[in-house]
Amino acid sequence: MRRLRLVPAETNWDFFRTARITFSASVVAVVISLAAFLILGLNYGIDFRGGTTIRTESHSAVDVGAYRQRLQELGLGDVSVTEVFDPTFESDKHVAMVRIEAQAGEEAASAELVAKVEEALRSVDPTIVFTSVESVGPKVSGELIRTAVIAVLLAIAAVLFYIWLRFEWQFSVGAVAALVHDVIITIGVFSIFRIQFDLATIAALLTIVGYSLNDTVVVFDRVRENLIKYKKKPLVEVLNLSINETLSRTVMTSVTTLIALIALLILGGDVIRGFVFAMTLGVVVGTYSSVFVASTILLWLGTKRDWSKPDANQGNQFSTSETP
Amino acid sequence: MLQIPLWQRIVIWGLVAIGVVLALPNAFYSRVERHNDAVKAIEQGVTDPQVLADAALWPDWLPSRLVALGLDLRGGAHLLAEVEVEQVFADRLDGYWPEIRDALRQHRDEIGTFRRLDGPPDELRIRISNPAGLQKAVEVVRGLASPVVSLGSVGATDIEVRAEAPDIVVVSLSEAEKAAITDRTVRQSLEIIRRRVDEVGTREPTIQRQGERRILIQVPGVGSAAELKALIGTTARLTFHPVVGRTTDPDQRPGPGQIIVPSMDEPGVYYILEKTPVVTGEDLVDAEPAFDQNGRPAVHFRFNPTGARKFGRYTAENVGSPFAIVLDNEVISAPVIREPIPGGSGQITGNFTVEESTQLAILLRAGALPAELTFLEERTIGPELGADSIEAGKLAAIVAGIAVLVFMALSYGWFGIIANVALILNVAMIFGLLSLIGATLTLPGIAGIVLTIGMAVDANVLVFERIREELRTARGPARAIELGYEKALSAILDANITTFITAVILYVMGSGPVRGFAVTLGLGIVTSVFTAVYLTRVMIVMWFERRRPRKIEV
Repeated sequence: MRRLRLVPAETNWDFFRTARITFSASVVAVVISLAAFLILGLNYGIDFRGGTTIRTESHSAVDVGAYRQRLQELGLGDVSVTEVFDPTFESDKHVAMVRIEAQAGEEAASAELVAKVEEALRSVDPTIVFTSVESVGPKVSGELIRTAVIAVLLAIAAVLFYIWLRFEWQFSVGAVAALVHDVIITIGVFSIFRIQFDLATIAALLTIVGYSLNDTVVVFDRVRENLIKYKKKPLVEVLNLSINETLSRTVMTSVTTLIALIALLILGGDVIRGFVFAMTLGVVVGTYSSVFVASTILLWLGTKRDWSKPDANQGNQFSTSETP
Repeated sequence: MLQIPLWQRIVIWGLVAIGVVLALPNAFYSRVERHNDAVKAIEQGVTDPQVLADAALWPDWLPSRLVALGLDLRGGAHLLAEVEVEQVFADRLDGYWPEIRDALRQHRDEIGTFRRLDGPPDELRIRISNPAGLQKAVEVVRGLASPVVSLGSVGATDIEVRAEAPDIVVVSLSEAEKAAITDRTVRQSLEIIRRRVDEVGTREPTIQRQGERRILIQVPGVGSAAELKALIGTTARLTFHPVVGRTTDPDQRPGPGQIIVPSMDEPGVYYILEKTPVVTGEDLVDAEPAFDQNGRPAVHFRFNPTGARKFGRYTAENVGSPFAIVLDNEVISAPVIREPIPGGSGQITGNFTVEESTQLAILLRAGALPAELTFLEERTIGPELGADSIEAGKLAAIVAGIAVLVFMALSYGWFGIIANVALILNVAMIFGLLSLIGATLTLPGIAGIVLTIGMAVDANVLVFERIREELRTARGPARAIELGYEKALSAILDANITTFITAVILYVMGSGPVRGFAVTLGLGIVTSVFTAVYLTRVMIVMWFERRRPRKIEV
């Protein structure tokens, strides 16, 4: 029976021949992302900066200019109107998102404010309906930012600790460098392309943390096994062998996950598109980084070679064997 | 060699069967939902033939728990309110003043005269005329403190008293008392909000405390957050006051013990009232919408015996003079007492619409909120948008599922098909578990399931790839399968535990939809490890035992 093979049964590619180039590329990408984040900032959704979003649906085409003009007359400060397109919409469904900044001295938007905005929009297009109205006060949005940042840092710390416990500290550094790389690049792409960054995006970032690790850990698990098996082989060869051995699995898993995510990206509707996009990006970058960032760092840091000692704490930080 | 004891097989298949049976109701969602509603109605004594027919839609012996749909899928209103306890603190402190005054009066010879100073609302400042008696004054006031009754604050007293040189006594509430008041106030608010929402009779509202002084209210199906806010955001403190006078000048200074309150219907008109009410809404036992003799909407109310007695006595003594009905610091109406009202019931008339009178009756029945609410967050999701999201999510999940199934079958042949069966059972088990623990499915939650579909095969892929490798060293298929499972285990566990850690952190730190995602992701990890490590293994072993192949191809 013929099988679909994405990767030949046995490969023997040298993943570290171009280590300098790939690693530099990663560093450049991270630096650009950080710069974008610092200079451009993120296009925060109302979850993080407070304010009100109103989703409108209508049978006639959205006239963004007219919407905006009518709303500006109300004097509500910063108002943005964007039309939403989606392949799952029927041809006579026209959707727009209206965003109004948090009003001074108010937490969640008052009923009068929302009524005023709805009336103004109805005067532009009488068939308009409001399918969702969401309002977050500045008090909560501040807390949400804080919790989100804590959540991401906590996740990274927890994982750092777990890997340190299960492997050696060098593995831990490699794995965490890889996932920080993935998270920063995802944030950078969100910043450069001005994609809305909200609570769901944070959930996506944490999933990326999980996925990136998942991938790295599988490679590292094999590295540990091969280090025990081939005591005299140079580390670079052990790493190469391990990556080659797990390559087929790495590619298979990434492809099945991407298949699922791409289906969701195209068909899942516009409400979660940002969320799914972040995860798709994260899976691609995460797969790359487990090979080219995590393993490269492990190679440079080196690791202990004598794993053979019958040590009850073998492989964890209580291990008695010395790291070279 | 490849052996799994019978009891293990029974346990594994048993767990799968339980998961599938628990998931079953979700496949017939609207049918089971009608059944559940009908069963609830029958419990309350409804015997409508339609209800009985609905109840028969789903057999009683099958589980009937459904995965609850989040607001983003079902539509509804979400509010996050903060209880303004500061006002309650200030009131509590104010309430202390008469007692302090009386106590200090008895020691006038030592402390001289004294008066209350204006100050911040969280302090009560008293200046005494004889600075030498400051210590004595502090002692006297301290003597009034009473212990706080609450858990975790043993030995604490309710007020703190300190001297501020040269001649001021400062009284403030202790932290323990503040905590106790906050707790009590938030709990009362929660109860009142629950009663009000229940009065409207919507299905499955979520009303829960969040943090120290916040309340989260989620009501599926309500038209908008604004409607919900009108229902629960009103304090609804009803009081009846003697009227002293009427004025059009809001800045007029009322006399001692009097307050000035605007009229609800007549703009620019203010009433001067006695501060102490004759009766309050707390003495109400019932309120219902009605019409007055002119056919205008009104609210009919009834007092409890205490309220009725007080009200009867007051009206008997004050025939001919007006009294004001005040709701949340606005005079609804100020009728003149024409005759004594001994029966304890009465009517409130104002410029109401029928909706307003119905709403007011609900609010009065449910009772007044002990403090004002500020709304920090409000979201309304239209049911159409929710339905669209479900459709889109379903379609994406089906397409993703089929694509992954085809891909797995093409890559691993027969083993891929086994993994596919496991994957389908895996998704069923996620739904079973979600129903069992009463979790809520949100839109990101659907994304979590789709992601699980993609990632669940990972564990199988790890095993299959390992079996392929072991086959190359040619120690026979049975040994290869055994080694494949054995050696892949550590990678499977490490990889999934790390992902599980992030799911737990998401659950703890996240809220609402994000939490829904964390739940499906976490459950997905548990079920996919179970299916990969146990279920596919049992399936492969059973197949292997029957066929005894010399050679296998993975």
